[in-house]
Amino acid sequence: MSNRALPQVLALHLGVLGLVFLAQFILPPYHHTNVARILVLAVYALGYNVLLGYTGLMSLGHAMFFAAGMYGAGLPVYYFEFGALAALGTGILCGVVVAALFGLVALRTSGVSFLIVSLMFAQAFYLASLYFNEVTLGDQGLILSGKLAPLALGGASIGFHEPALKYNGALLVFAVCLLGTLALRLSPIGRVLIAIRENEERTRLLGYDSFRYKLLSLVVSGALAAAAGATYALLFSYVGSTFASILYSIYPLLWSLLGGIGTILGPLVGTAFMFYLVDVASGWTSAYLLVVGVALVVLILWFPRGILGTVRAKWLPWLP
Amino acid sequence: MSFGPHLFLALLEGTVTAFVLALTALGLSLVFGVMRIVNVAHGEFFMLGAVLAWVCASLVGSPLGGFLFALIAAPLAVGAIALAADRLVLRRVDYHPESTIVATIGLLYILQQAVLTLYGPDARPVPAPVSFTLQFPWFGYSGYKLVVAAISAALLAATWWLLANTRLGLYMRAAQQDLEMAQAFGVPARRVYAIVFALGAMLAAAAGVLVVPIQQAHYLMGLDPLLLSFIVVILGGLGSVRGTLVAAFVVGISDGVVSVFFSPTLAKIIATLLVAAVLVFRPGGLFGEERA
Amino acid sequence: MSKERTGEGFSRRRTLGTLGSLAGTALLPGAPAFAQAPKGKPIRIGFQVHRTGIGATYGRWYERTTTAAVKLMNEKGGIAGRPVEIVAEDDGTDPKRGPEVVEKLCKQHKVDFVYGTLFSHVVIASAPRAGELKIPYFVVSEGYHVASGKLNRYVFQPGITDVRAQVTAMSSWILDKLGKKVTMIYPDYAFGYDHRDFFGQAVAKRGGTVLEKLAIPPTESSFTKYFARVPADTEVLYHVMVGPGVLTFVKEMGEHFGKKRPQIFGFIDSLEGVDIASPGLEFLDGTYFWEAFPRYADSTTSAHAKSYRKLVGVNDSGASTADPKDVSTFSHMFGCWETLHVIKQAVEKSGYKDPAPGDYKKLVEALESMTDFAEGPGHPQGPKKFNGKLHQCYGHQYVSKVEDRKLKVVHRTKIEDSLYDPEADYTKQPL
Repeated sequence: MSNRALPQVLALHLGVLGLVFLAQFILPPYHHTNVARILVLAVYALGYNVLLGYTGLMSLGHAMFFAAGMYGAGLPVYYFEFGALAALGTGILCGVVVAALFGLVALRTSGVSFLIVSLMFAQAFYLASLYFNEVTLGDQGLILSGKLAPLALGGASIGFHEPALKYNGALLVFAVCLLGTLALRLSPIGRVLIAIRENEERTRLLGYDSFRYKLLSLVVSGALAAAAGATYALLFSYVGSTFASILYSIYPLLWSLLGGIGTILGPLVGTAFMFYLVDVASGWTSAYLLVVGVALVVLILWFPRGILGTVRAKWLPWLP
Repeated sequence: MSFGPHLFLALLEGTVTAFVLALTALGLSLVFGVMRIVNVAHGEFFMLGAVLAWVCASLVGSPLGGFLFALIAAPLAVGAIALAADRLVLRRVDYHPESTIVATIGLLYILQQAVLTLYGPDARPVPAPVSFTLQFPWFGYSGYKLVVAAISAALLAATWWLLANTRLGLYMRAAQQDLEMAQAFGVPARRVYAIVFALGAMLAAAAGVLVVPIQQAHYLMGLDPLLLSFIVVILGGLGSVRGTLVAAFVVGISDGVVSVFFSPTLAKIIATLLVAAVLVFRPGGLFGEERA
Repeated sequence: MSKERTGEGFSRRRTLGTLGSLAGTALLPGAPAFAQAPKGKPIRIGFQVHRTGIGATYGRWYERTTTAAVKLMNEKGGIAGRPVEIVAEDDGTDPKRGPEVVEKLCKQHKVDFVYGTLFSHVVIASAPRAGELKIPYFVVSEGYHVASGKLNRYVFQPGITDVRAQVTAMSSWILDKLGKKVTMIYPDYAFGYDHRDFFGQAVAKRGGTVLEKLAIPPTESSFTKYFARVPADTEVLYHVMVGPGVLTFVKEMGEHFGKKRPQIFGFIDSLEGVDIASPGLEFLDGTYFWEAFPRYADSTTSAHAKSYRKLVGVNDSGASTADPKDVSTFSHMFGCWETLHVIKQAVEKSGYKDPAPGDYKKLVEALESMTDFAEGPGHPQGPKKFNGKLHQCYGHQYVSKVEDRKLKVVHRTKIEDSLYDPEADYTKQPL
């Protein structure tokens, strides 16, 4: 994908962000909050996609990074009355540290071994969050509303219960992460990552230290997942061990694959699609998981590369 | 209880766990090894075996009769479901690794929800076919658990024999080593894949039938066996029956023994990290070769 | 609403029961209709139900009880003359989905109240959203979270007692009757810790000791190795394992101890939805269980309780009348019935009309002013005290013994036995 397509790419991504921004003025209240949730979870999927889609490493342990962000933000707020921005910072920092430590140990493995090692570390993290329940309150979790001071913007002070803050806060975090991943993708580093995905041996033969690049990718991926976890805790007020469990490692995998791994907007599409699939199906039947399962199977038969992946293959080759 | 008997108990438990784990994981190992795909619904085949065992037990009066019926009928039924899934879905996505993951996640939801709708949310017990207690001086131990270990060992041996001595086994090993070359030699790849997938499901279902009298049949019971199977398979090395067995023992016994010395949750954390450590230093698993 | 007179004992209960049944006959269906058919805009109650996920067994029975309660209420004229409508959404027993369901019920279905959640982690994740949306959130959870003050002023638990009260009430009986040296086995997460902490506190006050605390990790499926850690001088084994592995737990407990067992006390939470006479549970004979509402009906069962069973469709063994193998979650689901009746009382007392801030304020204040719920058609489990500051009700607790593969009540506690020092006051929070 050359830089000739850059204007289109920028237009598309900024356009999507613009549309989402404008949507808040016309969305009914229920969907308003849904979009805020989807945006935060999409950041999680974005992070996952950096590792899988662009570097070719599949992990089943990303809940560890999401939870690191969640606890990294939530615990300082709960115990030390941190403000939201500081907490977001500590959350992301935790994600970076956990990802870096994990990467230093686990990146010796690849493929399926890496998958299992990531799963094991995430399980250990989950069990640790239960073990240290005096601090984390384990699976019951902590509530932040009441402890989280309103955000001070200019002269005004906006409480975190305000729908506008939830929406725009989520959107801002999402926008930064989206444009950040786009920039990464288009940069020389991004190209090396893709090269590693395509053929790691050859990339190494060309002189690139693939270990360093993979570590960088993992740290970025972990930071994004942690940003999502931290934002989720701050906007939706709950921190608990459940978010560190295996199911929450499967979700970003599912959302990314559905939306199209290796595409920048794929994670958003996948997250939104799954959210509404569950929501709509549960309105028709209490067996909505069956509908979800069938939809996944049907989708993967017709869109084997995910929704945007197929779109890219068939119609829009310039889609990053 | 004093240390010696405690350790003995842990070893007994660990052995039973190891055999069941080996049986559950073996199916996944074969599928992984031969087909190179991750079957996320593997645990659901295990669950189906357990649930069908309950159905068989309800249909047949005697526990022993129900058990024998289930041991034959459940794997066959689950194998059929697996064949259908292979034919309708997996073959159509060409066994592409990532598509298979999404497809098998879909299959997981479908199977779980179908069981929830038809069987319900309750955990239901299934009577053991034989019920006797082995009385040691310090504690009593379930005799059926040892029966489970024995039958698992027998099924493992049968599978090993299949792989080593039959044409199907030859095809499977050839496909595992090098699919293209195998096809060049006339191995019917598609049929082998279908059979392997079904065989993996049947082994999981058999494990479910064996285990359910010790646990209960519950529609969410597939997740833990899935996770443990993954670990065992990678630890042991893809597609290696011997590796799977050894790894199952490592996992099964370490869990039990470590918890003799530490608090249970801490023990689980340590055991988990130990497994990860093995993989970090031997990424191919204990018996596998380096594989990307 | 009469003030509850202290004192307990079966004769008292029988008297109240007879009086109650006389009063109750007038209100049974088929009796001369005192109430007009409900009309007007329905009162919509959003039901956050665990239809799937680990709580599905409870969810199913919660739904059946809810349906029966609403049917009865509508036959009796509804709430403030308006028909009652239930809008149910599945939260999958998932703390991520919980708040999303609260959102949907409130903003899309535009219900008046949200009710019905059981599992503590889902309650705790969902309650903040209900507080932000300023919609009354009635929890049927048994957790201590409401009374602890950690939630918000919109959250109430008026229909089911909390685990701290239960443990407090049980502790004196256990230490008096079973033994002073206790070993505890509990799941290694919040529900288990509540038992560990509250029982520990109660034991310390009454001269007992906890010899060993065995916390079992959530993913455990085999328990034999834990029994090995039970100290030999244990007089009472206190267990509160929950989840699909419970039957395994009991079986392995039986296999391990055989005849040489200590006294064993458990909580019926372990066996809700499970038949005590199941194969493998023979070992439980002679052991004791806490129950909130005795599963097996006997000669002391009140007329209200009998009528409640009939309407919900439960037989004298606590199983479904349609399928005797389908055992109910009898010690929990009554919470739905009673909570719905409290909602009715609150609406009628406060003059609540529409989901508006002013009406909600009146409703919350009306609830906070309530002190008692009398035993009756709306409260078949028994009379309750309600603490308006803690938003929590308190009631009788039962000790039952397993005899001949059935549960037989051996003790009913006074409500006072279950009280503890309050730690919160929601009335101080702004609405």
